[in-house]
Amino acid sequence: MKTYISDKFLVKTFLLITCIKILLIPTYHSTDFEVHRNWLAITHNLPVNEWYISEKSQWTLDYPPLFAWFEYSLSKIATLIDFKMLNINNHNYASVQTKLFQRCTVICADLVFAYGIREAAQTFCKSIQNFMVFVLLSLYNIGLLIVDHIHFQYNGFLLGILLISIAKASKISSQNEILQGAFWFAVLLNLKHIYLYIAPAYGTWLLRSYCLKDNQFIYRFIKLGVIVTFVFILSFGPFINHLPQVLSRLFPFKRGIIHAYWAPNAWALCAGADKLLSVIWKKFNWLDNVKIASMSGGLVQEDSFMILPTPTPIFTFVITFLLTIPALWTLFFNTNTYNSPKNFVRCIILCGLTSFMFGWHVHEKAILTAIIPLCILATSNAFDARIFIILSSVGHTSLFPLLYPQELMPLKLILWFMYLIKSIILLKNQFDCIGLYSYEQFYVGFLPVITIYETVIHRIIFSDKLPFLPLALTSIYCGLGISYSYIIYYYEYLFKNSYCNSEINKKKVEQ
Amino acid sequence: MRDRENVMINTNRKDSSDRANSVPKEVGTKDGISEIMQSSLIVGLALLLRWCISYHPYSGDGKPPMFGDYEAQRHWQEITLNLPISQWYSNSSDNDLQYWGLDYPPITAYHSLLLGHVASVVDPDSVKLHRSRGYESRTHKYFMRLSVLIMDLLVFIPAVVYFAFTILPILDSKIKKHQEKKEFLTFKKRHFVLATILFYPGLILIDYGHFQYNCVSLGLFIASVSALFQGSMAIGSFFFVLALNYKQMELYHALPCFFYILGINTPGKRKPLLACLRSLICVSLTVIITFAVIWAPFLTDKKIFMDTVLRLFPLTRGIFEDKVANIWCTINVLYKLRNNFSNLQLAQICLVSTTVALLPSSLDLFFRPSREKFLLALINSSLSFFLLSFQVHEKSILLVGLPVLLHFHKDPFSCFWFLVISVFSMLPLLIKDGLCVAYFASLTFFIISVSWMWFESKISQFVKNKEDKQEEKQTSRKLKIKKSVSVWASSGIYINILFSLSLLGVLVLSVCSGLLKAPKKYPDLFPLLVSVYSCIHFFLFLVYFNYKQFCATSILTRKFKVK
Repeated sequence: MKTYISDKFLVKTFLLITCIKILLIPTYHSTDFEVHRNWLAITHNLPVNEWYISEKSQWTLDYPPLFAWFEYSLSKIATLIDFKMLNINNHNYASVQTKLFQRCTVICADLVFAYGIREAAQTFCKSIQNFMVFVLLSLYNIGLLIVDHIHFQYNGFLLGILLISIAKASKISSQNEILQGAFWFAVLLNLKHIYLYIAPAYGTWLLRSYCLKDNQFIYRFIKLGVIVTFVFILSFGPFINHLPQVLSRLFPFKRGIIHAYWAPNAWALCAGADKLLSVIWKKFNWLDNVKIASMSGGLVQEDSFMILPTPTPIFTFVITFLLTIPALWTLFFNTNTYNSPKNFVRCIILCGLTSFMFGWHVHEKAILTAIIPLCILATSNAFDARIFIILSSVGHTSLFPLLYPQELMPLKLILWFMYLIKSIILLKNQFDCIGLYSYEQFYVGFLPVITIYETVIHRIIFSDKLPFLPLALTSIYCGLGISYSYIIYYYEYLFKNSYCNSEINKKKVEQ
Repeated sequence: MRDRENVMINTNRKDSSDRANSVPKEVGTKDGISEIMQSSLIVGLALLLRWCISYHPYSGDGKPPMFGDYEAQRHWQEITLNLPISQWYSNSSDNDLQYWGLDYPPITAYHSLLLGHVASVVDPDSVKLHRSRGYESRTHKYFMRLSVLIMDLLVFIPAVVYFAFTILPILDSKIKKHQEKKEFLTFKKRHFVLATILFYPGLILIDYGHFQYNCVSLGLFIASVSALFQGSMAIGSFFFVLALNYKQMELYHALPCFFYILGINTPGKRKPLLACLRSLICVSLTVIITFAVIWAPFLTDKKIFMDTVLRLFPLTRGIFEDKVANIWCTINVLYKLRNNFSNLQLAQICLVSTTVALLPSSLDLFFRPSREKFLLALINSSLSFFLLSFQVHEKSILLVGLPVLLHFHKDPFSCFWFLVISVFSMLPLLIKDGLCVAYFASLTFFIISVSWMWFESKISQFVKNKEDKQEEKQTSRKLKIKKSVSVWASSGIYINILFSLSLLGVLVLSVCSGLLKAPKKYPDLFPLLVSVYSCIHFFLFLVYFNYKQFCATSILTRKFKVK
């Protein structure tokens, strides 16, 4: 009876959001649309061993092989819709049918996301009310709506698989389920390698709650290894002859540290500080002549700092890795098994956030990797709920510069306000108060002003001058919020004040 | 905590009904804030739907030489901005009436003038006389869509919110009694009414897809009905005159308003003669003065006045243009009306038949006025006009849809049925505008959300079971929930089957006309089928709503002038 009701709820909410997604079909789409169309063409026309070699378009295939196979299967359906979109030389082709088809594939792929939500809810949500809140927070996430259904990507599908694997891997009682979780995570890694960043959390968790139990370490470790290796062989097998070429496509270190839009992370803050310092330096004439020349050129080189030392890829990896270690350490040595699946999710979120904060060439979309799993926790813990509200509203604001056309401005504002109001209503319903401090409220309330400035006011004041200023302002302001939530979330995770208290309180209430 | 508060309030109520309104202050403000948040969430969702549809094509998008209603609205801005008032409605070398001449009343013209002034600052090229014909651009589309959104935010949405929160408790005594009754999560019945009215896809598709400003006249109409319900006749008639002077189609609603005001102010047991006279004089003065002010610039010259009036009521344009779901178009399938009668004869036939169809409900309203009857009479009158009058557009069904939406909470099932058919009847127009995808998505959204809100309770009951078990124990409450909830069950299995069949027909015809190409022999096959199918429905609905009106109670439940 209970699953019947929850499934019915899920189906209805899914249908409603699907209607909205369909309404969004004619909106603006980014170059990612062309990227995916090109991949359809590549996988359809070329033999398998040329997929990662072809350079006919600048949008080369840079996702792992399983995703390429996914595109391959889509291209088979595409032949029925519009044959021209599969022409490999037909760059920037976007007929009505092509657009309809590509958008529909994203909408349909979101079924996986809905299924992932269902799985995660069965593992983590104790009551039907929790389930509803979780569904409304995750399925109606506007970040996904923006990135997938306007900007164009397949994140919903990928995050769905992430949720499935989290749900399976969290069922400690069943060995079979944990292995399934590992399998799905291996699949996810072979769909998009950005999830490598959260692999340490998975490794630690599987080691701790699966391998190191019942004194069967070697047997279980081999079993796990076989499953994961199997998936990788299946995926990379056909490309074994030119593996270095594939890997060089997957990990392009030639790109700059900051992606074109400045993801709101630590490096964005550094870049902001650098700019400020360079202005001061210039005033006191402390700059070298070479640097002055590059500054007066108008476009400041984005991949090197003026005053501060420019980080190298190795440096960013080392710092990311070092900062994840405390989280892994706590997960591994935490003997309190009562709430450990939730700690596993927390560890995933922290790994995701750490890589977002300090990673090399981070996309602002990567924040969704942290926001979606946080939905699971926000339904049951007031502290998580508080962080969720800050992180989601900041994260979504930082996505808005992706949609630069003017006519999308009202849509952004409507979506942002709705999501904020909705999460406040739902979470207030759950916990009597969410307890945002007044300065946090002020900070969140000021976010839409940034968006309005970025889209409207800047153009009125400066017309076309200083094009980087609104973007820099957005990412620095959002970077502050994300760093803030990252720091207090990490602190809370390591020292566990509110979690323990809430668990104790729960026990008291139950008694 | 919340449970305890609710229980407290309930016990308070039992103790003394007088104290029921003086809920403890803390609870009141807390509820007030969450209520504001909930309604803003619904409004936000409504705005989202509206704005999503605005990305779809408008009527005549990239179709020279005549374009569509979008170009008409732009052209009116151009005309009103560049020509003196005296030439707005008259044919001249600068104002070719054959090309989308102004044919709406003065307030529309003033509105166009205002927009024209804004446009001349934002995008001067779009309102240059003669040279701007067929002006289309991405930013201009954004400007036009934004102008609709702003009017919606200023007129329609406030009117609906006011109706749902102030007028609904007067209309439906149950709502007031059970203010604390919680539906899904913490939403209440008036939130559902608000959502239903705002999610209605017909209005959204026409205003934000096809492109028109129906939200203004319909919003003013809701304001006028609200004022009439509150007993302030003068304000009500003032708003109604504004609505009428924005779009002359509001005449569809004029007779019930007239008879309602007259019926309420008939001297008798309820009211003494003097009070009635005073009220009536007040109303007539308001109407005359408002009209005079609005029409003042056109009253200077007889010719200008006559030109304007002739533009508003064009007798020469024929009995119907495209396929409309009314009786004449349906009869025309079998018997070609235009070959057998002249235009004037047809106009006379229309006049007589419309009057006959209107009389019963109008007289009933006049002799036994009540609020419920008033709403039903509005439905009946506009529906009779739509089915039988001269020169009807597909879009005019919105004028019927709106009173049905206002009546929704009394009779959700049949109103819902009607609303779905009303959107379906506009399908040929929407397909022509390239709004097929938007039609399917928004109608599905409406059907799912409405049937979830009104016809299903399992979720809310389940939540309630968990949430407030104590309240559930009261048997009376349980009964009431069952009563309000089981619409599907109580309406009988035959009705259910009929309803499902009817919706299946809608689905099949929608898919056919959306995807299939009509056979060469009958190019108009699908539009015609859609019109005839909806016309049959509308006719049956006319009979049904008339029957409902005669059955409705005529006793005025509350005193009118509550001061």
